[in-house]
Amino acid sequence: MLDIVGKRYWYYLISAIVVVPGLISLILFGLNFSIDFTGGSMLEVQFGESAAVHPAQVKELFGEYGFGDTVVQSSQGNVFLIRSKTLDSETKMAIEDEMEKRFGTLTELRFESVGPSVGGEVQRRAYMVVALAAGAILIYISFAFRHVSNPVRYGACAIIAMVHDILVVVGLASILGVLHGWEVDSLFLTALLTVIGFSVHDSIVVFDRIRENSKRYAGSPIEDVVNHSVIQTLDRSINTQLTVVFTLSALLLYGGVTIRNFVLTLLIGIISGTYSSIFNASPLLVEWERRPELLIYVLSFLVPPVGLVVGIYLLLKGSGRSRPWAKVCLLCALGGVVAIGGLLLLRGLIPS
Amino acid sequence: MFTDRHRTVALLGCIIVLALGAAWVDLPGNPGIHIHLGPINVDRDLELRRGLDLQGGLEVLLEADLPAEETVDAAAMQATRAIIEQRVNGLGVSEPLIQLSGSRRIIVELPGIEDPERAIETFGETGLLEFIHAGYDYLIPGAVVTTTEEVSLATPVTPTVMITATPELTPTVPLTPSVSVEPEGPVYQTILTGRHLTGAAMDFGELGLIEIHFQLNDEGAALFAAYTAGNVGQLMCIVLDKEVVSCATINQAIPDGKVRITREGGFPPEEAEDIVIRLRYGALPIPLRVETSRTVGPTLGEDSLQKSLLAGLIGLTTVIVFMLLYYRFPGLLADVALVIYAVVVVALYEFIPVVLTLPGIAGFILSVGMAVDANILIFERMKEELRAGKGLRLAVEQGFSRAWPSIRDSNFSTLITCAILFWFGSYFGASVVKGFALTLGLGVVVSMFTAIIVTRTFLRLIIDLDVVKHHRWFGV
Repeated sequence: MLDIVGKRYWYYLISAIVVVPGLISLILFGLNFSIDFTGGSMLEVQFGESAAVHPAQVKELFGEYGFGDTVVQSSQGNVFLIRSKTLDSETKMAIEDEMEKRFGTLTELRFESVGPSVGGEVQRRAYMVVALAAGAILIYISFAFRHVSNPVRYGACAIIAMVHDILVVVGLASILGVLHGWEVDSLFLTALLTVIGFSVHDSIVVFDRIRENSKRYAGSPIEDVVNHSVIQTLDRSINTQLTVVFTLSALLLYGGVTIRNFVLTLLIGIISGTYSSIFNASPLLVEWERRPELLIYVLSFLVPPVGLVVGIYLLLKGSGRSRPWAKVCLLCALGGVVAIGGLLLLRGLIPS
Repeated sequence: MFTDRHRTVALLGCIIVLALGAAWVDLPGNPGIHIHLGPINVDRDLELRRGLDLQGGLEVLLEADLPAEETVDAAAMQATRAIIEQRVNGLGVSEPLIQLSGSRRIIVELPGIEDPERAIETFGETGLLEFIHAGYDYLIPGAVVTTTEEVSLATPVTPTVMITATPELTPTVPLTPSVSVEPEGPVYQTILTGRHLTGAAMDFGELGLIEIHFQLNDEGAALFAAYTAGNVGQLMCIVLDKEVVSCATINQAIPDGKVRITREGGFPPEEAEDIVIRLRYGALPIPLRVETSRTVGPTLGEDSLQKSLLAGLIGLTTVIVFMLLYYRFPGLLADVALVIYAVVVVALYEFIPVVLTLPGIAGFILSVGMAVDANILIFERMKEELRAGKGLRLAVEQGFSRAWPSIRDSNFSTLITCAILFWFGSYFGASVVKGFALTLGLGVVVSMFTAIIVTRTFLRLIIDLDVVKHHRWFGV
């Protein structure tokens, strides 16, 4: 029989290898927010086939109207994607007339414009939405598992797996933002929230089996119960995963360019969600029972203030078992400060 | 068992009726619903509504152009929305959407519009209300005139008189709002504009007859006093966006900016109300600015629709083949349930109606994968029970009952995210986000029904028929 729980540290390592680069990129470069979040305009136009237009010419034209920091991308079929500060309707018309004069007839394919105040508000609200979703799900899981001992553990482990998936997706967006100029728009947020939903969906299916088995095999070591439950639900996890991957891949390959990033985000997030529910969320339940200090150490490293508070608390009030953890906990917090501080310093050195 | 069997057959009947009904709704060229039964009047075309990103169009978020700390009057915002709706209707767009969003925003969605700039101008402008000097020309309400727009006047003042509307101004005067002739001829002098107006109301005069009152600010009062004094006996007209609303004869000079318009026999209440609304709100009661706008050209939209439909078809086929190969006989039943699912969901899109956007289609395709998830959970459970040596009938029943808590809890968590997304999408007029949340959420609910009720009914019936005997048929 497969021993997933026994080899859990290997699986944690795989997660770390996937998550850490994204996390570093996130701290160093942040996210490349689209006009949905920052405000600005995006104009997509197509020039006639014979017209030989260079992006630099378009950029120059925008510069003449006082839109200096405009980004112009050209793609197949003489299509130009122009991002600039918020254009009002009149300026846009004037610019389009001027473009027609210089480069020949054009067709406006798409125009989006978001005022700066709305953009900022969307950004604030987006963080709120993610937090709200996480909170609502934690409450729901704690409620659904209320008859099990330690229901909050189930909720918390599902949330940790969820944070893992968020980090995978957001880290990927950050890396691709640097490499390919990927943008984080409201569709990305939609994909992210769907991934959150799915991540929890998968975790619940496995947890549900653990809930059932811990009643049936009361008295068995938790490692065995969890491992058995994961194996029992493995076929289902993989098959469900496959059907979703089939449908999303079809959408990715044939669905057109407009939603390609959206679908790719979903695809990666959902794969990550299945992985984390099997290899992170469930083994973490075992970890919590057997070696809770490891969880505390990791948390201390990632969120140093929490490590500081917990470390001091353990030092003062810890039991015979938990007092020795305090030192390592504080050390981890220190390590976290150094690592995050170092990255932030490095970020300051990078020219924007 | 006898009654159970009956119940199962009855359920099958319901499923067949539902599927056929849904298929009828889906088929193009159905006549729609037209019911006229006493007080009930339902007229609905049943067809898929395509969102802006699929057919091209314009989506605008308008925001009150007032300082952020100023609270916006809800009634005034409501009136603004109504005026915009009126103006949009003049554009001849099919299925426009104009709705309030929060306390200071209005969302306008105009699918299939061809000239977005003109559209924004049409409903975004704060209409121009003017009072013009018509001399001795009686102007028919609805006529389009040319005005100076600039207020400039200086005529001698004579003491207090009052205004009475000309007797011609009765409902019998043919109203011709369709006057779209190019304005030509005289340029009328503007006496006052909307900014001079501080209030307007309908009131009852001495004999209980309806009259219209309005007040002017100090500048307006001074201008009006000078004007009325010099032009007693002549006509003054109220003009909104160059279109004549109403005319009245000046009976006396009015020095204090308190104006009364009367008519012999009084105004009919509807007309008075109409004039007051235009006086009060002719200019949009709240100035607006375009905060966010999105336009999509029709060609891009059409292309996206074709592609995503193809993708959906390919995805659905792959899932069907996979289920058949992996789960064999129950897989076949799940496939039938899946097709029923797709038919029902599309029918619901037409019925509710759900405006289909590109991410909405993605939500639908994703929900196909999820619809199958419930079946996979059940079938895996059945296989386990079969392997444990249980009989077919028991294994099927336990497969359903034991998989249910997982299905319920996991789908509920997806519904929670859908609800949050829907709320987020509505708040910012991001119809794409809303569309995705709606189709995914709807898919989750319907799929629970098809994957559980439909599949279970099929399985029970077939087991009762005793044709399926080997566990091999279940992939065990």
